[in-house]
Amino acid sequence: MIRQFGPTEAWFIIAAVRWTLLLSAIAFIGGGIAGLGVALARTAPVAWLRLAATGYIQLFQGTPLLMQLFLVFFGSTMLGSGVDPLVAAAIALTLNAAAFLGEIWRGCIQAIPTGQWEAATALGLRHLARMRYVILPQAGKIAIAPTVGFLVLLVKSTSLASIIGFVELTRAGQIINNVTFRPFLVFGLVAIIYFVLCWPLSRLSQMLEQRFGTVRR
Amino acid sequence: MDADRIISMEAVDKYFGNFRALHDINLEVSRRERIVLCGPSGSGKSTLIRCINQIEHHDKGRIIFDGMEVGAHTKGLDKVRREIGMVFQSFNLFPHLTVLENCMLAPMKVRGIAKPAAAALAREHLEQVRIPEQADKYPGQLSGGQQQRVAIARALCMQPKVMLFDEPTSALDPEMVKEVLETMIGLAENDMTMLCVTHEMGFARSVAHRVIFMDQGEIVEEAPPEEFFAHPASERGRVFLGQILRQ
Ligand SMILES: Nc1ncnc2c1ncn2[C@@H]1O[C@H](COP(=O)(O)OP(=O)(O)OP(=O)(O)O)[C@@H](O)[C@H]1O
Ligand SMILES: [Mg+2]
Repeated sequence: MIRQFGPTEAWFIIAAVRWTLLLSAIAFIGGGIAGLGVALARTAPVAWLRLAATGYIQLFQGTPLLMQLFLVFFGSTMLGSGVDPLVAAAIALTLNAAAFLGEIWRGCIQAIPTGQWEAATALGLRHLARMRYVILPQAGKIAIAPTVGFLVLLVKSTSLASIIGFVELTRAGQIINNVTFRPFLVFGLVAIIYFVLCWPLSRLSQMLEQRFGTVRR
Repeated sequence: MDADRIISMEAVDKYFGNFRALHDINLEVSRRERIVLCGPSGSGKSTLIRCINQIEHHDKGRIIFDGMEVGAHTKGLDKVRREIGMVFQSFNLFPHLTVLENCMLAPMKVRGIAKPAAAALAREHLEQVRIPEQADKYPGQLSGGQQQRVAIARALCMQPKVMLFDEPTSALDPEMVKEVLETMIGLAENDMTMLCVTHEMGFARSVAHRVIFMDQGEIVEEAPPEEFFAHPASERGRVFLGQILRQ
């Protein structure tokens, strides 16, 4: 039975935005916290920490996000507990975001001129204090623009969670398309909604880039 | 051990990869002694003083600071570093902190001094380098000479036993060199132990007890400034002095 595409159908899609936003927020916050750990490990004076963080980053950057989603989703199903698709998607995206943010932030940390590290070291600041009071405040500034840029990617990546059955924006579009057979209309609307979410963030990222893009000396 | 000895370097070698930047460096520094290091570019002057606080680690020989041997594997190098002030050619002030905060950071986070006391200490030393009125500005708002004086104040706030200077005036416009040199002369008058890489001969003459001339990673000669500048003992010293005098 074919349904008409009416306001109810459109609303079903629009309402699913909150799940896209929720998943993005969880992955961004979780990935941000874990990513800070990854970035710090990557720049630590301890060799095995750097090695572990490098391995982690390469693992998650070197495999498709979709496979990571499958592994978390089917992996936890095999372990017995049928896992909620939101939880599986949140875990996979968080782990993935941690790798990418960790690598972005490592770059920002290492972009701080060596003179800053040397001056802090010469004053007797130890590694963590030097990071906290000297390096990170400066690295944070140049990290803002690429971090917002990554957030745009992340919002779009959440669409992959549709494949493990999590009803976010893309999945809601598929459901409506299956009953209305109006793919152009349905996915056109879905695309517009993604654009409305992402475009301001992209612009923001560009503006921040201009403002904080370079290290102030 | 001589109680008056603050630094001793014994047969120190330092390599960058296969390149030998320091070779067989032997240097003893007494408390309250002031030494000027000079020599051509690439002769290892910076490397030498950076080995003293282990910003660079030496590969051979021994470096002893105030009775404690330091090296790449020394635990608690930060405890040694906090006793050694360092001033860099490019100032290296922390751009996200105000002048006052630059001076307060290490006393608070390294020495554990409370904020009001750290602020008082910082103001005292900003007074000493004669820029108390700039305390609330950011480094980017200051001239080069002012920034370098802040850098000196920042180091002094740790009440170091020794001050190391690595060409503190060579990034400055000529009209600002004087104010920084005057600040350093002030420290000398207060009997600060100083090791200073500089080609400022006037400064060397007026404050240094010894001039050490380096070339190709080695100490070629050392002498009191009047002697070195008037009659360098080595051919390399003569060539070097000829070059800096012609400038
Ligand atoms: N981090 C490094 N890696 C490789 N080589 C280095 C490094 N630092 C210094 N060197 C080399 O070691 C030698 C000594 O350098 P150093 O900076 O100590 O010389 P300098 O006497 O201070 O010279 P300048 O007057 O130019 O400052 C130079 O040949 C330099 O190229
Ligand atoms: Mg040098």
